Amino acid sequence: MTETRSVVVERAFAAPPEKLWRALTQPHLIAEWLMPNDFRPDAGHSFTLRNTPRPDVNLVIDCKVIAVEPQRTLSYSWSAYGLDSIVTFTLTPTPGGTLLRMEQAGFRADQQQAFAGAKAGWRMFLDGLDRLLARPDFDADSSPP
Amino acid sequence: MQPLPSDVLFRSLADPTRRAIFERLCRNGEETVGGLTAHAGISQPSVSKHLGILKQAGLVRDRHEGRQTHYSAQPGALAPLLDWTQQMAGFWESRFDDLEGLLRRMDQ
Repeated sequence: MTETRSVVVERAFAAPPEKLWRALTQPHLIAEWLMPNDFRPDAGHSFTLRNTPRPDVNLVIDCKVIAVEPQRTLSYSWSAYGLDSIVTFTLTPTPGGTLLRMEQAGFRADQQQAFAGAKAGWRMFLDGLDRLLARPDFDADSSPP
Repeated sequence: MQPLPSDVLFRSLADPTRRAIFERLCRNGEETVGGLTAHAGISQPSVSKHLGILKQAGLVRDRHEGRQTHYSAQPGALAPLLDWTQQMAGFWESRFDDLEGLLRRMDQ
């Protein structure tokens, strides 16, 4: 059985598209909300997202930039543990800031893939939880220059 | 707030010792507490406590036979983890929380 599904997460941010775009495309900023990376906003550029080093979790996501339309659209492929998907960010200016839409599409849900992916998924979840818990520790030192 | 079934699962699998016990049961089928203790490198009461948490999450089942209790894995309990959309949506929601914090710091 093969099944394609997608996840859509939308949020309105009180920041102009220009600023949100920087957070989505500058490696040191991406590292602060997603994962350390060697991203470059060039179509065809291959990069990886890696979790911050931990003894019990080693997460590497292989990505390739698909489309870059400054302050409007950014998409890249996202492959990890047999999970192949495409992540697309769409920015829409609003009176109060920007609406950001993230769509992750193309999950293969045949059993083996799903199991491998679920394993990766909960590791990611834990990684996210970790960051969330670490948030009160954010201080001026972690701000970008 | 009532914890989601997946929260209970994540919590029970977050511990490496419990993960090792669960993985061992998945590989080897049924085992007794004594058998598991011999491989876990921790005391029998600790193993029992971990098994209790795994049982609460539905990940193991126990079967009493005489004075022995046999434990077996219930991989079906992992089903909520197979729901991609729910799981990844949670991942991105938490990333967006951090993105929100970052955007605020960028104002400074």
